[in-house]
Amino acid sequence: MQNLTQRLANPSRFMAFSAVALPMLALLAGGCLAVGIYMAFFASPADYQQGQTVKIMYIHVPSAWLGMMCYGLIALSSFGLLVFRHPLADVSAKAAAPIGAAFTFLALVTGSLWGKPMWGTYWVWDARLTSVLILFFLYLGLIALRTSMDDEALASKLTAVLALVGVVILPFIKISVEGLSIPWLGIEIPSWNTLHQPSSVLRAGGPTIHRSILIPLLVNALGFTLLFFAMHLKAMRNEILRRRALALTMAEVNRAQRLAAGTSAQEA
Amino acid sequence: MMAPLLLDLGKHAVFIWSSYAIVAIVIVVLIAWLVIEGRKYQRQIAQLEARGTRRRSASEGSGR
Repeated sequence: MQNLTQRLANPSRFMAFSAVALPMLALLAGGCLAVGIYMAFFASPADYQQGQTVKIMYIHVPSAWLGMMCYGLIALSSFGLLVFRHPLADVSAKAAAPIGAAFTFLALVTGSLWGKPMWGTYWVWDARLTSVLILFFLYLGLIALRTSMDDEALASKLTAVLALVGVVILPFIKISVEGLSIPWLGIEIPSWNTLHQPSSVLRAGGPTIHRSILIPLLVNALGFTLLFFAMHLKAMRNEILRRRALALTMAEVNRAQRLAAGTSAQEA
Repeated sequence: MMAPLLLDLGKHAVFIWSSYAIVAIVIVVLIAWLVIEGRKYQRQIAQLEARGTRRRSASEGSGR
């Protein structure tokens, strides 16, 4: 793994690699999502408690998962920038932010649309919903901080620091519903008062949902994840192209200035 | 409106369809934005190179 990240550190090599990987990823994502959506609508039963609204889960859970995973990716990239100065770390962090914000937004909106029929309300200020809303604002903060500065290198470093500070939200989101119990460390955090149900897929003791619903959920989660990585790869390629265009513009300005300096020296 | 799909999603159908619609819209907008951005920078680079501007190291890449 270390070897792969090292080899891809050269942006030109990354461009060559991603030019091949991107269409493959996109195709896989499309296929997986087509199967997943088909299963969601035509090959999965209604839940005995939630009825057909369980179909919202097939897009809500993957969106929420990606919203959190993407923040983890940004934090990792930020660490890679600040500690190892990996040339693509900042490209990765910058490219991921708008995509993560979009999926977190989708998790909030689909959750809200699921909450109304099931809980009787679009929104409650409980720990899970509020902490995911903060995650969404963190994404907006990262994007705003970066665009607020003309010095791109400084903006990258400050954004990376904010991303690492904000990473504390991830365990908070997890603990908000499930609490945390580590007896041998004496840690006992009760779950907060919440309407949100605990995770039924990733939990000790195996999933608590029936296969007929679990399998479409996993297929959709895989499809969303592949889609995310395809979009992230494309956004990274765009950022590298943007930097190349910027470097070329600077080179052109420098050349024009040298020419102007040469002409004025001749005139003198 | 949803009749052609022949799916009866019960009394909460409007919430389910709205959820899927908003996810579809956001993802389509995101993909369109990524494609348009990519084309924009590729066009810029092509124009600059057509005017004879070269980066110091074409293999270095990032412009940093």
